[in-house]
Amino acid sequence: MDLDTVLDKTEDIELRLLLDAIYRRYHYDFRGYSMASITRRLRQAREHFGCRTLSQLQDRVLHDPAVLPELLSYLTVQVSELFRDPPYFRAIRERVVPHLRTYPSLKVWVAGCSAGEELYSLAILFREEGLEERTMFYGTDINPEAIRKAEAGVYEIERLPLFTENHRLSGGKSSLSDYYTAAYGAAVFDKTLRRRAVFSDHSLVTDAVFAEVHLVSCRNVLIYFDRQLQDRAVGLFKDSLVRKGFLGLGAKESLRFNAHADAFAEFARDERIYQKRGAS
Amino acid sequence: MTTGSPLPVPHAPRAEAVVIGASAGAVDALSVILPALPEGYPLPVMVVVHVPPNKKSIMAELFRNKCRVDVREADDKEPLAPGTVYFAPPDYHLLVEPDRRLSLSSEEPVHYSRPAIDVLFESAADAFGPALVAVLLTGASSDGACGLKAVCDAGGAALVQHPDEAAMPTMPRAGIAACPKASVMYLEQIAGHLRDLGRRP
Repeated sequence: MDLDTVLDKTEDIELRLLLDAIYRRYHYDFRGYSMASITRRLRQAREHFGCRTLSQLQDRVLHDPAVLPELLSYLTVQVSELFRDPPYFRAIRERVVPHLRTYPSLKVWVAGCSAGEELYSLAILFREEGLEERTMFYGTDINPEAIRKAEAGVYEIERLPLFTENHRLSGGKSSLSDYYTAAYGAAVFDKTLRRRAVFSDHSLVTDAVFAEVHLVSCRNVLIYFDRQLQDRAVGLFKDSLVRKGFLGLGAKESLRFNAHADAFAEFARDERIYQKRGAS
Repeated sequence: MTTGSPLPVPHAPRAEAVVIGASAGAVDALSVILPALPEGYPLPVMVVVHVPPNKKSIMAELFRNKCRVDVREADDKEPLAPGTVYFAPPDYHLLVEPDRRLSLSSEEPVHYSRPAIDVLFESAADAFGPALVAVLLTGASSDGACGLKAVCDAGGAALVQHPDEAAMPTMPRAGIAACPKASVMYLEQIAGHLRDLGRRP
């Protein structure tokens, strides 16, 4: 075995020890995440913290809790947009909403809500469709910093042209500018949009079902999980959803390799929206 | 920098996978390489082309009918199959997991691009080490240079399109600068080399 191979194996050992350390010390469990992406992000974190090795980073995070929040921002991916993938939101509007209308009250769970973009998109859509008053929105994430941002509902003004275009393409029935005020380079979203929203800390890896819901929207979260963890997360969605409830995934996510695939029917195939089957 | 024939056999002991990165001019360059892969080609081939993030990919459709190997857009957690070309979907990075499944990610763009060549090359270098062959083609970016270096550092083989032939020489030049061990070849030579990799016992 040559030196390079030894070095590679060493980093792999360090990586697993670091994830184990984070889990034991802080109960954040990244051990079942997709390793290729985690490796990449931990290398970036190692450089950012000026550490020579992942072992040094482990030492830092174990002994200095102040390092954790910043490290979490590397470990969790927070890249989203309002109405990201407009065809998804168009399908929710045109195909899912007619079913949701038949319920007197609704619960929507945005799992892995990051800074809230997906939840605000759904809140605006539900308001446009006249469903807002009967709906409770749950936004959950493991990153407290993301939850703070989601609760604030403030986005950089530079992102608004994209959000506005996405909203239009999603079949938006109003102007996005009705929902925010621009101030000091930021767009502050209307507080009334989160009147019926609860943001909280919840892990798809370690936590359990907390509500019975009619729609789960969980987009570009499962791609960061290995297959066992994907099975666990989709199992939670299955157990949370009412009969005939809906599950929306990211544009490149599917239930094709999932242990719970049989519990769902494809509802809008291209937009990756599934419906829980009737028999349970 | 080595060019011309007879071709040096780059130093992969026995290749188990091929990764290709291309940007501006990609379609013409790939049109020389991918259709040259024979039926029953024993290696998986992963390709990142810089495409705009407007959701609908045409690369896989474009090459499907021109190729004798299977061509498709990569799915998350899909196991790699031999004789298959996987294109990164628009707006996602494509990575290889240590267990040699594919995975996708919507992490930040790298060099203003998602998918980025560096992300594929670096993760594939981790997964395949010396059994990887990486090919960097035409482009007006420096994406791929760090990835090519990672491939070389892991003992894999690096092939770079000759800058004189590239529609945009920036990317090949950056690749050669980052990875001086790279074999610099014309497209026909790259195509021949990849074909030969499949013939080795």
